[in-house]
Amino acid sequence: MIRLEHLSKTYSGRTGTHQALRGIDLHIEAGDVFGIIGQSGAGKSTLVRCINLLERPTEGHVLIDGKDITAYRGKELAKLRESIGMIFQNFSLFQQRTVLRNVMFPLELRHANKREAEARARELLKLVGLEDKGDRYPVQLSGGQQQRVAIARALANNPKIMLCDEATSALDTMTTHAILNLLRDINRELGVTMVVITHSLSVAQQVCNKVAVLDEGVIVEQGATAEVFGNPQSEATRRLIAADKGLLLDEYVAAQHEPYMGVPETPASAIAAGVINAADSIQAGNPAGTAAILDPVREAKGGDK
Amino acid sequence: MEAITAFIDQYGLLMAQGTWDTIVMTVLSTLFAYVIGIPLGVLLILTAPGGLHPHRVFNSVLGWLVNIGRSIPFIILIVFMIPFTRAIVGTSLGVGGAIVPLTVAAAPFVARMVEQSLAEIDGGLVEAAQSFGAGTWQIITKVFLVESLPSLIRGASITFITLFGFVAMAGTVGAGGIGDIAIRYGYQRYQDDVMIVAIVLCVVIVQVAQSVANLIARKIDHRVK
Repeated sequence: MIRLEHLSKTYSGRTGTHQALRGIDLHIEAGDVFGIIGQSGAGKSTLVRCINLLERPTEGHVLIDGKDITAYRGKELAKLRESIGMIFQNFSLFQQRTVLRNVMFPLELRHANKREAEARARELLKLVGLEDKGDRYPVQLSGGQQQRVAIARALANNPKIMLCDEATSALDTMTTHAILNLLRDINRELGVTMVVITHSLSVAQQVCNKVAVLDEGVIVEQGATAEVFGNPQSEATRRLIAADKGLLLDEYVAAQHEPYMGVPETPASAIAAGVINAADSIQAGNPAGTAAILDPVREAKGGDK
Repeated sequence: MEAITAFIDQYGLLMAQGTWDTIVMTVLSTLFAYVIGIPLGVLLILTAPGGLHPHRVFNSVLGWLVNIGRSIPFIILIVFMIPFTRAIVGTSLGVGGAIVPLTVAAAPFVARMVEQSLAEIDGGLVEAAQSFGAGTWQIITKVFLVESLPSLIRGASITFITLFGFVAMAGTVGAGGIGDIAIRYGYQRYQDDVMIVAIVLCVVIVQVAQSVANLIARKIDHRVK
């Protein structure tokens, strides 16, 4: 469905050049919820913007449904973008338009019949659970509700693909969970292929069937989500896993590699043993493991400030 | 009481005509200044570095022209433009003769005001619009001008009040209006009562204009709950 071939993006400014993406090869299949995960500055946002050409790649090609779209411009590009919905970290809703007119915006752009557009927008608001908020303005809604409006807007043109750029990073945990569930439902019920950009391991684990780990503009690892995170091959992936557990990389690595030495005598190995136990219990699906993993670390650091 | 009646009898018509002329000159030149200034402001934003169509040379040249327009003192501009004004409206006197230099003086000012209002728009909104396939014209008409409307209206009230002051200057070279009356009667003929009434009228007009603009801006701004 989406194929990126040897994609590179270089920014040149007064202070020199910066290579945001280097030789990216990626294949996203129809129906995937494909996660692109990495730390800030890894190039995730640039990568996702190459798919709808908000950013033009310096080298390489973007293929959608087998067609090379890299050189699309004008009407051709507008047409393509109609089939790709997008949602953003800060929702990017039009503040001077009502919720309903926000959802109608993509339809307005292609001069759709006004009555049909309105009916379609109301239908979408119902889908995201906001059918009673059509006449409100974005400022009157909570963050989670605003992102729901943005999702409805992104679906207005019946896209085959939806790009989600850190869509839950501005939301709290509970709201994040609800939004991710909604995205997964849309993927399953409407068959929309999703590209999910995130720095959060738990977000990727919750919704993505496949992930690619991006580090300094290079894809260092990709595959099925469970495989990549269950058996990390690269330092970048391990760093993301450690960050998700609230650890620094060396603490996490210590916990992974410290050999078992019988009854632990030193505080360091005590921590390591605790972490390993806790990690096991997390894998076994016991949420109490998170506390167990952090407590010995905090104690050894001399208390949590 | 008698004094007031006598004043109205003597100067009422004159003051009413002057007030009307001033309002007509200010409103029309504000309007024309926006007709020219909005496209200029939009062009400045579009061609700015990081804009939708960055073009350094075009942007710099336009910026210079706007700055030149803003740096000529208005009183000099009126005189300098007399031949041009005559060519356009057939006279350099009266309401018609004043509107041409007023518009020319205000358009660069408006261009900067519009540029300022548009610069405040969240770049994420422009990107979102693009992601749905919006072209430049659609972004201008459906994002730029809609999202910045409250700010544009506040800017228009500033332009209106600035031009209101300019109209008084235009009065000294034959444009008429309330400022002209204040100078001719109040200053040159030492008629303090005319001067004071003219000043009060000016204050009232400016206050009303500002209040109306604030009210409209607040009414149409949906960023506040």
